[in-house]
Order: sequence, then structure tokens, then C-alpha cells
Amino acid sequence: MNRLVVASIGPASSVQDGGRHGAQRYGLTVSGAMDRLSLAAANTLVGNEPFAAAVEIGPFGASFTARDGAVRVAISGAPRNADVAGNPLAMDSSVTLKDGETLTLGFARGGAFTYLAIEGAIKGEAVFGSLAVNARAGLGSPYPRPLQAGDEFSVDAASGAPELRIELPKPVSGPIRVLLGPQDDEFDDANKALFLESEWKISATSDRMGYRLEGPAIKHLHGHNIVSDGTVNGSIQVPGNGAPIALMMDRGTSGGYPKIATIITADVGRLAQTSAGTAFRFKAVSMAEAQDEARKFAQAIKTLPDRLRASDTVELNIEALSDANVAGYAVSAVDAGTWQVTAEP
Amino acid sequence: MAATLPPPRLLPSGDSAVTVEFSRTIDDDANQRVLALDKALAASPIEGITETVPTYRSLLVHYDPGKISFDALGDKLLPIAIQPPPPVTKTRRWRIPVAYGGEHGIDLEDVAKALSTTPDDIVARHAGGDYKVAMIGFTPGWSYLSGLDKSLHMSRRQSPRLLTPAGTISIGGVQAGIQCLAAPSGWHLLGRTPVRTYQLHRNPTFLTEPGDRVTFFAIDHRTFDEMDRAAEAGEIVAEQVNA
Repeated sequence: MNRLVVASIGPASSVQDGGRHGAQRYGLTVSGAMDRLSLAAANTLVGNEPFAAAVEIGPFGASFTARDGAVRVAISGAPRNADVAGNPLAMDSSVTLKDGETLTLGFARGGAFTYLAIEGAIKGEAVFGSLAVNARAGLGSPYPRPLQAGDEFSVDAASGAPELRIELPKPVSGPIRVLLGPQDDEFDDANKALFLESEWKISATSDRMGYRLEGPAIKHLHGHNIVSDGTVNGSIQVPGNGAPIALMMDRGTSGGYPKIATIITADVGRLAQTSAGTAFRFKAVSMAEAQDEARKFAQAIKTLPDRLRASDTVELNIEALSDANVAGYAVSAVDAGTWQVTAEP
Repeated sequence: MAATLPPPRLLPSGDSAVTVEFSRTIDDDANQRVLALDKALAASPIEGITETVPTYRSLLVHYDPGKISFDALGDKLLPIAIQPPPPVTKTRRWRIPVAYGGEHGIDLEDVAKALSTTPDDIVARHAGGDYKVAMIGFTPGWSYLSGLDKSLHMSRRQSPRLLTPAGTISIGGVQAGIQCLAAPSGWHLLGRTPVRTYQLHRNPTFLTEPGDRVTFFAIDHRTFDEMDRAAEAGEIVAEQVNA
């Protein structure tokens, strides 16, 4: 069987998929990709189901080598420099690694997580329908822990399908949208306003369990202890020190701090991809708007295959460029650069 | 027709979940209603609900807003939620072995001192209790128990421990707990059980269910070691009694 070998990888990188649903009632964390849209985009590029298991690569660089035959992969998510044997690879596109070739990814330039999907998907033993790594519970397959150099995946041989790129929907910009509650009544109007009107930064101590937010201290109306109740991805709880924590995919299934607000489904991945230290704000929206956005988000993932395009490889661009020059058109290096950039979504 | 109960509060937990809150405090009647609603939804599912998570005082209902809206779901949930919980007819009871004190229960002596009594007395009061699994949460298999003897209610530790061992049997506030995996905890550690409430590749993976009854019995530390080996090999080692 063909293999994809992790030649090098940084911390906070692991196998993730759509997550482990159905056992939160037993305290089992959902886990899964921090940025579901990017996971789905990478998988769609190589013909996988949108939430198939892929490699979630943290902010640092990584490299992967094909062994025992060709392996087809795709990348999407936090932008970074990528190349295969010296040829640059654009984000949101697929590539076939020949036997022995290495895909090298640099540091994330903005954002945190990039997804590497493998044609035929990562194979392993699913627990509650998922291969997602949850290191605390010893779950995840083929490795129940963050990835290390030398790990390898048994993968399908590359199909030889033509390479593709994907034109993703225009990224949403502006504040991270929230619905107030479930415990917004544990805060007075002044503190709710402080939460909604202040500038926040994500602390460097954040991880897949939660993003700690740096900003003004939010005060509780009746103290910080409530009787534990259930949490969701994007719950924003306020512990005793007043510094909110946005609960992410490896959250505990229940928590005993008041939750002032909940990030809308469509924006959880946006928060996940906000780099530590970048200033941002929250904005409260109505239930109707949040649910409308959730439906659009689900639809966007479902219709990703419609956004696939034939890949404009660098080779083709150079060929076209030389054709144009031969034909007598003046194509400047600047134009060529722009042209290449516009060939990306 | 039986009289209905006051409606719970429907608190939005984002666009894809709703917290059906019966009480703000730990309250056995509220917990009964939580578990009854959970059971009713399992018996007659509402289209669009994807998962339910019972806790002490509320039921978290996850749903797909592509299938049902918040308002439509609320309209379906409320009439069920105001029904008085049916009397509990059949429950499972687990008898859980515990090695109290020593290295397995490092807070036993301090708890006895704080309550001006002896460690043996604390063990008798803890093991003598009749508990119910009110919820499971935080980490896999962590079973939160109601029914702790009032004389054992005490506030949590000032500074939580960053790591407490797998199988820890502890008390915190008005609650008692069976912890499965090693985890941080601010509770008082009375002992350890060899029982795994969560064990991968065992059938069942999760031993306890919300609503199950629990009692404890003391074992010596050598018995603990023997049972621990058996449990590691996949044996349940807790005794199940159908009541």
C-alpha cells in the first residue's frame, strides 16, 4: 500500500474530521476540525466526503513525503507557502506527489490551521464514528495523539485525476457574530455591553479546548459558580477572573461557569483561524439571523463540489506566458505575477 | 388529566442547541424532569434533534437548524417538558468497590479532621449513602452523583489539583463523584475504585447512565490491586443489581 510519511511537523497538529457525535451524554468530547469549511474544501478537492479524516496542521511548518507510489493530496485553510520539489503549490488546490516527492508547508501566514486531505481519506479505526484525535481520552486513529515526525498513513494510490483548485466563497469579514446566552442573565447590561463593545485578543495560551480572550474583565452579577450544565462549540464562558474563554472542539461537555454568549456556527471556524494577538470584536445577532447563517454555511459546504475548477499550474502559466511573448504580446513580470495571483481564488 | 408542571426556561445555546432549564440549583425534582424529558425524546424523537445531554438541572438539546427552527423546536419541547415525570419503575443499581484512604484517598484524614470525626466514620457515611447518577460530564465517564449525606457537604478545595488519578472517588460541595480518567479536580479525594466507567473496546464502553442508582462498598488495597488488573483486562468488576 502507498504511504504518506510525516517528514516533519510542529505542535498542535493531529488527525481530525467532522467529530465524534452522540456520546456527549457520557462526557465524551466532540473534537473534530477547528475550521470545518477548510477541512471540507481540502477533502472536496481530492474527491472525499467533506468531513473525512485529514491532517489538521498547526501554525508551524510541516512536510510530507510519498512512499511506495504516488499519493494525491490537497491543502486548504490558513495560507502558507507550499511547494513540491521546488514547484510552488497554491492554497486550495490538489497535487499528486510522485513516489519520494515531498510537500513542504511553511508557517501559517495569518490564521492557525491548514488541512491536508489525502485522496481516499485517512484510514483508521473509528470510535463513535470518528478518527478525530482527543489526546486526553486516548482517542484518535491511526495515532491517538498529536502527530510526530516519522508517523505515516497507509493511503490509496493516486488516481491520476487531473489536479483541481477550489474557488471558496468570499471570506466573511468583520466582527465574530454571537447569540447572547444561555446565561447572559448572570451579567448586568453594563457588562454585556462591555463584552460586545470591547476589542478582544486571543491569548497565546489558547488551544483546541478553548481560546482565552484578553480584554477588560467581565463581572458577574451573582458570582462565577453556576451548577454545571452542557456546553457547545463556541460557548463563551466567564470564569472568576473575568477573562472569557471561547470553548472550542476539545471542550469539556459540561461546565460550571456562566456562559455570556455563544458564537454562531458559521463563525466558530473564523474565530479558530484568528491568530493570537489579532484584535477583533463580537457582535450580537438575532436567532433568526444566526440560524439563517447556519443554514447558508451548511449549504456552502454541501455545494463545494460546484466550486471546483481545473488547476492552473505554474507550469501552465509559464507556458501561456511564453506563448503570449512568442505571439508578440508584451507581458511584464508584474502582470505575470498578478495573473498568477488571480489564478488563485 | 394530571396537572402540568411549570414550564422550563428555553435558553438559546447558539443557533444549533437549546438548554431546557428546569432549575438553577441542584434539585432532585428538576433532575427527575431532565431525565424524564431525555427519555421521552429518546422514545419519540423529534425530527431535527441530533443529540441530548442531560445535566443536573437542564437538558441540552442539540439540533440541526436546517431541519427545525428554534421556535418550532420550542413549541414541540414545551408540551412534553411540562408533563409530570412518570414514576421510575425499573432502575439499575451499581455496587462500586472503593479502596478508601491511604495513597488512594489522600484527603480522607483531612476531611475527617475538618468534620471533627474519624476517617472510619467518613467511610461509613460515604459508603452508606444511596446515590443517583445525576449527570455524566467534564471527561468521559465522570459520573456526578446526587444523594451525598448532608453531614459530608463541604466546599471544594481552595486550589484545585492539576491532576488526580483515574478511578478517583471524591466529594465536592453537595456532590459525590466517580471519576474515570486522570483529570484536574478541586474535590476531596476519599478513595479509588478499580471500576472503569469508561473503557474503550469493552462492551459497554460506558458503564453508567444518568438515572442509575449507585452504592459503594469498601475493599482493602490488595483487593483493589486484584480487581484493577481484572478491570484492565476488560472485566466490569462492579456488581449490577436490578431494582
